[in-house]
Formats: sequence, structure tokens, C-alpha cells
Amino acid sequence: MKIEIPTPLRTYSENQSTVTVEAKTVAEAVSALTRQYPAFQKHLYTPDGKLRSFVNLYLNDEDVRYLPEREATAVKGSDTLSIIPSIAGGD
Amino acid sequence: MATTTEPITLPQLSNDEVARYSRHLILPEVGMEGQQKLKAAKVLCVGTGGLGAPLAFYLAAAGVGTLGLVDFDVVDSSNLQRQIIHSTKDVGRPKIDSAADKLEALNPFMKIVKHDTMLTSANALEIISQYDIVADGTDNFPTRYLVNDACVLTGKPNAYGSIFRFEGQASVFATKEGPCYRCLYPEPPPPGLVPSCAEGGVLGILPGLVGIIQATEVIKFILGKGDPLVGRLLLVNALDMRFRELKLRKNPDCPVCGKNPTVTKLIDYEQFCGIKPEPKTPSAVVNGIPQMPVKELKRRRDAGENVLVLDVREPFEQQIAQIGGKLIPLGELPQRTGELNPEQEIVIHCKSGGRSQKAAEFLAKNGFTKLHNLAGGITAWSNEIDPSVRKY
Repeated sequence: MKIEIPTPLRTYSENQSTVTVEAKTVAEAVSALTRQYPAFQKHLYTPDGKLRSFVNLYLNDEDVRYLPEREATAVKGSDTLSIIPSIAGGD
Repeated sequence: MATTTEPITLPQLSNDEVARYSRHLILPEVGMEGQQKLKAAKVLCVGTGGLGAPLAFYLAAAGVGTLGLVDFDVVDSSNLQRQIIHSTKDVGRPKIDSAADKLEALNPFMKIVKHDTMLTSANALEIISQYDIVADGTDNFPTRYLVNDACVLTGKPNAYGSIFRFEGQASVFATKEGPCYRCLYPEPPPPGLVPSCAEGGVLGILPGLVGIIQATEVIKFILGKGDPLVGRLLLVNALDMRFRELKLRKNPDCPVCGKNPTVTKLIDYEQFCGIKPEPKTPSAVVNGIPQMPVKELKRRRDAGENVLVLDVREPFEQQIAQIGGKLIPLGELPQRTGELNPEQEIVIHCKSGGRSQKAAEFLAKNGFTKLHNLAGGITAWSNEIDPSVRKY
């Protein structure tokens, strides 16, 4: 499946805008990403393993927080996981 | 609270206004009544910069009756790459005056209210309560959380837009049934993680694209037409020219707009965002790294002292302007420390002092002791020592 990397985080994915991983669940997909690009770990997760609250994970167009199984939700090869960070520019 | 059952009397349009708004009047979705609603409406634009410029212009063109502007900043030439409401002659003027002049020239039928102040917890509720809807065009996290909370507390919707480099987000927050900004992002990122437009750069057209989306949402709200971006996050990528939409849900446990709110008054947003107040006098040492004023570097160079100037900017920045430093971009520093002599005094600089501070702290952890951060970077050098060094 594809993981879309937003611009503010592309410095950690060697400037790739999309990363392809093999995974059966959302959690596995994110683990595959942090294994391939370890810098994501500290930018996506707190030291005690919780997703940072200024980052949102979306499976296709649904916020993972609101899916019944959250990160344990099963994923298909045609799914896209998006990382949506907060941005504040306006000037 | 008692609700009025009397019909609201909408303001009449003069013959000149009818002629001006003809293209709206003949649209079924607007018509005479819609145009009267626009004239009756009061919209607050927070910020008259990248987002605020197109936003305010199009709201004025559309015939919004009262437009409040909040901005305390002054026009800088670097704004003119995208803040199209300001012109070259306005450099140095308060943005609010520059913006008001152009808006009045475009549409003399509207009333402009200037709030020449920073929006703060002390004034936000009082200012926002005078308007029907807010359009947030600010450029920092503390103000975005302030605007969000104030909108929820006063019951005013917030037409939100934000940008970064070539990507943007837009939505409408703080409606009664819909989510607020905190439902999407309960907490801000740590300070320094997400660069501002000044640090990260921004494609000039981008705030134009996103600001117009915000203006569209404001107009739709006033008219009560169309499908608003409530509960929807629109993502724009200008380089790919792709638009995506994500679902936003109202968080029932949201501390501001949830069922049991814990935030019932405005807080200290700088503290919330982890921003420490700036000391009144600049520190000579920050995180163990001595800060060297540019005048001191000039003195040492003129005296022929053996000091290495290390430039940690990107190659394209060195092409714009340089002060003879050895270039090792910050991202390459870990692999290239072997090129530096720990016995030599090293003065590190970047554009304005942020990246060079990070570089100095990194080198200090790796055995270097004779380090200085050039306070204010090459920008300060240009301002105080050599104006022929280009600023960017």
C-alpha cells in the first residue's frame, strides 16, 4: 500500500512524497515506514508510543482515530495511508 | 436565550450597487436577497498577508458590508511576492492601512474597521463578537488556537486556511454541529518543528489559491448556499495540482467544543504552544553556545584572527549572498565533521541564527569546544556591517 508523506516530513523520507510498504494493518504499515526511515519514529510517536496529536493518520479519507479498530484496521494494497500534519503558514 | 421571531430587515441596495453587483444579482444562488445578505454581513479577516490579501479583496468585491481587518505588521518588500493587496509604495507602512486603502478603492460602499493590534486573549472575544464570521489568515500556531477557541466560545464560524511551501489546507471550523480546529489537532507541534513561510519558503501563488477558498466559504455561509467545508478538510497540492478531501469529525471529548468542555475561557496560547517568552535583553549564551554579535566577528576578521566561519545554509542560499564562510549544509554536517578542526575557533552562521544554533549544539555534543553562533546570521551582517550583502 502507499503511504503519502506530507511536505513538512519529506526531509525524513529522503524527499520521497510516497512510500510503498507491505502491510496487513495500519499499524504494520506505519511500522514498515519507521523501519525504512527511522527518523519518522520520533516525529510521529511520543516516547511512550502514542501518535503525536499534531499529526493525523488517514486511511483513504477516514481519520484512523475514528475507525472502529483504529490502528488495527485491516488494509488492502489499493489503500492509501496519509500523514496529515498541522501547518500554520498564512503570511 | 430568547430568539427573535421578527424578520431581519436586510439593507437596501442603491442604483450604483445594483449596477456593480449585477453579475451576482442574475445568479439564482445569489439574487437580490443574497446580495442584501452580503451587505448586511460582518466579516473579520485576521491577518492581511498572504491569505488575508486575496481573501479581503474578494470579500470586498463580493459586497460584504463590513470588513474588519486585524494586523499589526508593516509591509516588507519580501511580502510583495504574494501579498498582492500591498504595493511597492507601501513598503514600510502598516499593512492595515495599505490594505484598507486598496479595499476602499475597490469598493467604496463597504465599511472597513481597522483593528491595528495583535489579537490576544485579552481582546479576542470582544473583537470577534462584533462579527458574524471569522476568516483566519494568521501565520503561527498560538494565534490559530486563539482564533479557534475564541470562535467556539463566541459561536462564530471560522473559515480556516493554512499553507506550507506548496501545500495548503482549508476547512470551516467552529460551527455548532461541526468540528473545531482542536478536534483535528488537539495539540500544536513543538516550537521550531514546522518552519514558517519566512524559514521554509512558500510558492507565491499558494496563499492566493487557499485564500480564495476561504473567501468562497465565507460567502457561501453568508448566502446559506452550497455545501460548506464543515466536517471536511480540503488539501491542496499546487505542484501536483491535486485536491483531496478528508473527513473531519467533531470530537465529543474536545476540550473546547465537546460535550463537557474544560476550556471555557481563553488561555495563554504561547505557553500552550511551548513558546518561552523572549528575554528582554538577548542572551550572550544559549544552550551553552556563546552568541557572537556580527560586529565582533567583523572586529576579529579585521584583526586577522584565526577564526573559521562555517556557513550551514543550502548551496542555493550561498549563491544569493555569502560572507566567505566554508559551506557545509546543516543536513550534511554529521558526515562532514572531519573537515573541521576542533582546535580552531569556529563561528557558525545561517540566514538568521536558527540553523546555526542547531549546528553548534550538534558540534558541541561531538567534542568541539571553540564554537560561537553568529547572532542574527547573514541577515544581521547585511543590516549592520555590509548592506551590499543581499538579504533574502
